[in-house]
Amino acid sequence: MNQYLLILRNDPAVFHQMSPQQIQQVFAKYAAWRMRMQEAGRLVGGNKLEDSTGRVLTAGPSSGMRITDGPFAESKEVIGGYFMVTADSYEDAVELCRDCAHLEYGAVEVRRVEKI
Amino acid sequence: MDGEIVEALFRREFGRVVSTLTRIFGPRHLALAEDVAQDALIKALQLWPHRGVPANPAAWLILVARNLALDSLRREASLAAKADEIARALSPAATTPEVIDDQLAMMFLCCHPEIPRDGGIALTLKTVCGFGTGEIARAFLIQETAAAQRIVRAKKLIRERDLRFELPDHALPAERLDAVLETLYLMFNEGYASGGDQLLRRDLCEEAIRLARLTAGHAATRAPECDALLALFLLQSAREPARVDERGDLFLLRDQDRSRWDEARIAEGIVRLGRSASGDRLTRYHLEAGIAAEHAAAPDFASTNWVSIAEQYERLHELNPSPVVALNRAVALAQAQGAAVGLRELEKIELHPALERYHLLPAAMGALWREMGDAAAAERYFKRALACECSAPERRHLERQLAELTGAGVPGGKAAKQ
Repeated sequence: MNQYLLILRNDPAVFHQMSPQQIQQVFAKYAAWRMRMQEAGRLVGGNKLEDSTGRVLTAGPSSGMRITDGPFAESKEVIGGYFMVTADSYEDAVELCRDCAHLEYGAVEVRRVEKI
Repeated sequence: MDGEIVEALFRREFGRVVSTLTRIFGPRHLALAEDVAQDALIKALQLWPHRGVPANPAAWLILVARNLALDSLRREASLAAKADEIARALSPAATTPEVIDDQLAMMFLCCHPEIPRDGGIALTLKTVCGFGTGEIARAFLIQETAAAQRIVRAKKLIRERDLRFELPDHALPAERLDAVLETLYLMFNEGYASGGDQLLRRDLCEEAIRLARLTAGHAATRAPECDALLALFLLQSAREPARVDERGDLFLLRDQDRSRWDEARIAEGIVRLGRSASGDRLTRYHLEAGIAAEHAAAPDFASTNWVSIAEQYERLHELNPSPVVALNRAVALAQAQGAAVGLRELEKIELHPALERYHLLPAAMGALWREMGDAAAAERYFKRALACECSAPERRHLERQLAELTGAGVPGGKAAKQ
């Protein structure tokens, strides 16, 4: 078993197009997925990331640091949050995401944590 | 363990937050109120998958809405003084009467006589009931852009005319109450119609009933005609469990299994109808509810009190001389006094342009001619009815009657509005 990072990406504007009923329905799907993941012991952790705040750091002039605010919600796609799960393989990890409700409005990037 | 999310929780809390914030911010800031409510729901969607559903989801939503509303004050200098009011009003402990008052006042604002009726319904559905623009468009069979425009225009009128958010503490002007009742009547009728998204339509009816209850129950807004309207909604919606067959088609009233009708609703409807008899205004709601009550009380189609129904259609026609009302009256008269009387009345409206494509007119005439023994006339009218648009069960009913004409059919089928 390996750990896989599920990076949750979406266009921040998408939520404002959803009616309250739609939001509730999508959430119900999310809740069911989360429960299945927990019952199978696959959910290691996860969090939502704060909207519209962040810093981008790169090497600056004369061995300093260049700091910019961002990345921001003007961009079409932001990382809204992440889950860390356990799976046997990419195929297994992808299957776990098949009915993840995030796909109703965004994309999930799946990356395996490297084991030495 | 995770909390329970009841049906329509998000819609309800959206309506509650928008109503309360519109009171506190003022109607000019309705859009801000909507944004705060929507943002609270979005937070739930984004956070609960990581944290689980809170033990009291409604309380969580209200508290988050409160925090978001307080945040928004920083961006809107004119509202800075409202912080205390927000903190008090958007609290899980805020009492039910206040919550109801805000929703009622919001509805009266949306249904202000200066706002076109279709805009008022759309805005009520959006802000008080928490329906989305797409859902409103589907309910009324219009484009989403058209629904959005109605809402935008309604909000614009609220700002431009500086319309007020308030429940009067003195007697409500009849004009204001009538506008609300008419809006709810149109909302319910849209939901009671067939076709399209059945769940959405059921939700429309239930919202109309919920708001009618609030209106009938509040000291500032109650009136006999509110009870009449609520009675009508309850008595009609009581038939819902018997209305739809396995195919999803509507059963005609004559064919419904009345044991499936919701007795509790009928009982409450009758009580409300009784209460509506006080006061001196006789409205169309009183009469329509009275007719629905006659159907509810009858064990079957044949033993319905058609005399009473015909009388009530007569009075309804005096209030509202529409050809459809005249048609329903004629059908009831035929049941009460025989086919010849019914036919005479139907012939008076046969050529009315509004009824040209309305299948119930030729369908009724065909059935009555059949009863009179004139098979040729009956056949002509059944065929004319089939040429109009009608639902599948009505089509089947007409075809069955047509077929029975050629055999030794038993007379006695008259199409009636279900």
